Amino acid sequence: MCLAIPGKVEEITTDGMIRVGRVNFGGVVKNVCLDYVPEVGVGDYTIVHVGFAISKIDEETAEQTLADFRALGVLDEELASEEEAFARAAKRPQSRCPDGSCNETGSGSGK
Amino acid sequence: MKYLTEFRDGEIARAMAREIAQITTCPWKIMEVCGGQTHSIIKNGIDQMLPSGVEMIHGPGCPVCVTPLELIDKALAIAAQPGVIFCSFGDMLRVPGTEGDLFQVKGRGGDVRVVYSPLDAVDLAVKNPDKQVVFFGVGFETTAPANAMSVHLAKRRGLKNFSLLVSHVLVPPAITAILQSPGNQVNAFLAAGHVCSVMGYWEYPPLAEKFRVPIVVTGFEPLDLLDGIRRAVVQLEAGRHEVENAYSRVVTFEGNRAAQTLLSEVFEVTDRAWRGIGVIPKSGLRLSANYREFDAEERFHITGIHTQESPLCRSGDVLRGVIKPAQCGAFGKECTPRHPLGATMVSSEGACAAYYNYGRFLSAEELAGAGKQTIGVP
Repeated sequence: MCLAIPGKVEEITTDGMIRVGRVNFGGVVKNVCLDYVPEVGVGDYTIVHVGFAISKIDEETAEQTLADFRALGVLDEELASEEEAFARAAKRPQSRCPDGSCNETGSGSGK
Repeated sequence: MKYLTEFRDGEIARAMAREIAQITTCPWKIMEVCGGQTHSIIKNGIDQMLPSGVEMIHGPGCPVCVTPLELIDKALAIAAQPGVIFCSFGDMLRVPGTEGDLFQVKGRGGDVRVVYSPLDAVDLAVKNPDKQVVFFGVGFETTAPANAMSVHLAKRRGLKNFSLLVSHVLVPPAITAILQSPGNQVNAFLAAGHVCSVMGYWEYPPLAEKFRVPIVVTGFEPLDLLDGIRRAVVQLEAGRHEVENAYSRVVTFEGNRAAQTLLSEVFEVTDRAWRGIGVIPKSGLRLSANYREFDAEERFHITGIHTQESPLCRSGDVLRGVIKPAQCGAFGKECTPRHPLGATMVSSEGACAAYYNYGRFLSAEELAGAGKQTIGVP
């Protein structure tokens, strides 16, 4: 929930009210609000949480963290498009399944 | 499933774990207050690398988990209304209310959407002037600046059809509540790295001093976590109780001042109920008077909600470190991620769900005997 992902600012524009960066997260590019990091410019690395840059970091740290997050399997989840995120959420276990039809699947039951 | 040995620095991790074992002479309980850290600790078996005297306790670090059932029910009631576009992050979709979840509301015709950022919800409000767009603002201090900006922008744009259902909680008051609770067993805290990237860690020295506990600002990656734990143990063994920053490549003492400034303009501190714990004074945020018109609770006036938590659920004891998830009688039986009874099972970042998903069905003592041979998850 509170994970922030590092990315590289490739372009900066404004939508009239906020400063918007095109930020590249290891190949996935998203629009990010840069209002909280006025010190960040094109070519800088920043960590981003839910579309907001919150801290400037150095390139080495950014690349290392990206690689680690990819290995941890969290990168895809954090950067999913709206459709992907919805599909992912929909695949989660159904809560209070009324007819018991949703059989246990997926990772570890341990039973 | 990932194993710590797969990571680039498995050898460093083992060396750090050995160092922790060498310096540990007393039993210590260390609490992390971050669902991402809880998930990472269990997934990578970090707790199993530690000497038996050092125990990790998984505190109330998942904002999805601690969102009260009453607020989930309000979200469901608002999302089910015609003319409403209800937006949320994906992790709230399957959290069960008293009757069903947001996904089921969508199945019955509600317009429920998953967005990447609260700014996407503001855009939806601009593009759908005939609809009421509501964003479910759940989160700790890391997420609060994003939601603050969304409301700030909505006000500047004069949007009358955007509102925020606020469930924002704050970490330092939760740490205080845990330290003040009778029978507290926590000796040291890992402070959540990304919360501190926004807030800094200037709030922590008075806590460390008053309660004589080391607090170490810590990241999420396996080596970060081991380093945070190591620093906490070093302090405990030396009888020190200081605030340390083990995540300095991201976190500064002051934090992000621009974010803190807008936070204090848009929100004000208020008492909040934490699911599994109860009301903690001054532990959350609500919209300030200047922005109250964007409060979804005021706009929709949902009443008549009556909730009752399961009498079987012991999530409060798990969150305070009194028991491990597997020690709860309902764990893995009546209570699973598919049928969660309480706070710590409703999200994958909750302690009970993490234990369930990674097969931690044994008690800590049993794991201590069975899990020491392997670094990965058994």
